Amino acid sequence: MITAERKPMDEIMASIDGCGRILLVGCNECVTVCAAGGRKEVALLASALQMASMKKGRTLDVREMTLERQCDPEYVEELAPHIDQVDAVVSMACGCGVQEVARRFKKTPVFPALNTKFMGASEGPGIWAERCQGCGDCLLGLTGGICPIARCAKRLMNGPCGGSTNGKCEISDDVDCAWHLIWERMKELGIEDRYEDVISAKDWRTGRGSGPRKIIREDLE
Amino acid sequence: MKTESVLEKVLASGELAVTGECGPPRGALPEVVKEKAALLKGYVDAVNVTDNQTAMVRMSSFAASVFLRQMDLHPVFQMVCRDRNRLAMQSDIIGAYSHGINTMLCLSGDHPKFGDHPMAANVHDLDSMQLIQTVRGMRDEGRFQGGAEIKNPPKMFIGAAANPFADPFELRVARLAKKVKAGVDFVQTQCIYNIDKFETWMQGVRDRGLHEKVYIMAGITPMKSVGMARYMKSKVPGMDVPDELVKRMAGVSKEQQPQEGIDICVESIERLRQIEGVAGFHIMAIEWEEKVPEIVERGGLYPRPQV
Amino acid sequence: MEKFEPTIVAFCCHYCAYTAADMAGSMRLDYPPNVKIVRVPCSGKVDAIHIMKALEKGADGVLVAGCLEGDCHFKTGNVKALQRVTYLKPFLEEIGIEAERVQMVTMSAGMGTRFARIATEFTEKIRELGPNPVKAGGAAAPQRAAS
Repeated sequence: MITAERKPMDEIMASIDGCGRILLVGCNECVTVCAAGGRKEVALLASALQMASMKKGRTLDVREMTLERQCDPEYVEELAPHIDQVDAVVSMACGCGVQEVARRFKKTPVFPALNTKFMGASEGPGIWAERCQGCGDCLLGLTGGICPIARCAKRLMNGPCGGSTNGKCEISDDVDCAWHLIWERMKELGIEDRYEDVISAKDWRTGRGSGPRKIIREDLE
Repeated sequence: MKTESVLEKVLASGELAVTGECGPPRGALPEVVKEKAALLKGYVDAVNVTDNQTAMVRMSSFAASVFLRQMDLHPVFQMVCRDRNRLAMQSDIIGAYSHGINTMLCLSGDHPKFGDHPMAANVHDLDSMQLIQTVRGMRDEGRFQGGAEIKNPPKMFIGAAANPFADPFELRVARLAKKVKAGVDFVQTQCIYNIDKFETWMQGVRDRGLHEKVYIMAGITPMKSVGMARYMKSKVPGMDVPDELVKRMAGVSKEQQPQEGIDICVESIERLRQIEGVAGFHIMAIEWEEKVPEIVERGGLYPRPQV
Repeated sequence: MEKFEPTIVAFCCHYCAYTAADMAGSMRLDYPPNVKIVRVPCSGKVDAIHIMKALEKGADGVLVAGCLEGDCHFKTGNVKALQRVTYLKPFLEEIGIEAERVQMVTMSAGMGTRFARIATEFTEKIRELGPNPVKAGGAAAPQRAAS
């Protein structure tokens, strides 16, 4: 899923400076799972913004809504009845959601309350780690199910580099060396002989390299 | 012979080859490059020119290599994958070759976190293995990585780094095998202090006949002080410094330590030259280039063969 | 000059803290009337939003009182409560509310004296800190439900 973290409060407050009425919108999917922008977080942020406002002698008109998904136009439409009664929308969705809201409501400023981080998976309660960078040409079958593009700091396809120490990356003891993990997995799968196959230069066109991407399924249009 | 490289000629002749190192300055200071290089002239067959080492911006390895060529020295032009995409890399390779530079080293590059621009995007369009493949393709097939023909292809003698001491150890011979498959001609190892471990690696290398497919140059760095020994032991990833060496350095006075470091260096050369498969030495006397002549002479590697 | 009387909301778990408060009462121990007790089944039931709403509605200080470490009736409720209070503190600082206004405390059911002492000390600490800054501007928290 897509992970995100709340922006610092001073940044959020600065973006709505001068707004007396805001619509605070959460999302029930990814940002709920990583506890950044779901119903609970919307309530917390609303309370915090209210208190910040009261300190200055004003009350803020904060409407709280949490959509099923902010990246689908059908759900974003649910905001329509409220949009003319607010000065701004503060979205607690990932960047995709923020943009969908902005696309639909062109006359109302939309501000992000979160910094979208990465596509990742949960390693345990409260811990999410980067797993995929959307390269568009998945090679997980060659690397025992561990992605060197997302998990190697140098996205080496023929690693490890000389900086790998005790199974950790040279950048930090908290980061596993992806190639160490891949090697261990290859041993578990009995495919060590494949380690010496050189993975040739990647064609980055399937990734971000060739510009913003789109998928069109004509059977679903 | 694949190229006109002097280093290739020395290695092919069966003589032990010697390379040195020159780190370019952190400013537009051609004189610094020339002074360092002058200290090495006559004592080494080729001089490695580092590329934004430890992710700190320095005069480009290309520019510094050109100065070396002008002094009739033979640069080993180092190129990291961290800072350039494949267009820039191939462009620099044909540019360097046009300046008479015919030997290069393909490396990944230290992560930007260690340097003075931790905020930079690290490129890694290709990794070091893929860069080796690319340079091999440019030389032997006369084609760019994208497939188009190159007019007057660069005949580069291709090198890479090898680290017998990094983790996991069981992978280290396979890694060399992989680089050989990719097309590497010679490797220079990380500086060797744990000769026993190096011998174990070399045994694995010989068992697979790799020493006959690639020239292996043993890396040597003289220690200046016990502080340096301790630092390298604990703070540098992929470095193996045995306790006895640290003790030995600590056992002499501060003024004696530099000489002790040089002595250890010379003793290492003596031991390493006996190991079957060692084709030469890569002496990295960083900011201590003036000691290279002593090391080369006492190591029995002087004068350098005229090829 | 009127002395500032802080309003303290104390979320007390049924099994330990609330019982301790009760015991303080039976022992006729004095503790300030500023402390308004809210009984919860477990301190782990208290979520960040409850603390935020208490402050938003004008509480000057909030206590979350649970069982002693290792003795939670629901095993780890008090551990979770402490984690939440700890996580909330920097958030409060970000909006200019002093982190000291919220505190997690623990006690066993028989510690009437401890309850009384904590209630007294916390009230004094908040008195010194002054009124909750959200009241400074003179605005009152709006009465509306979330949609």
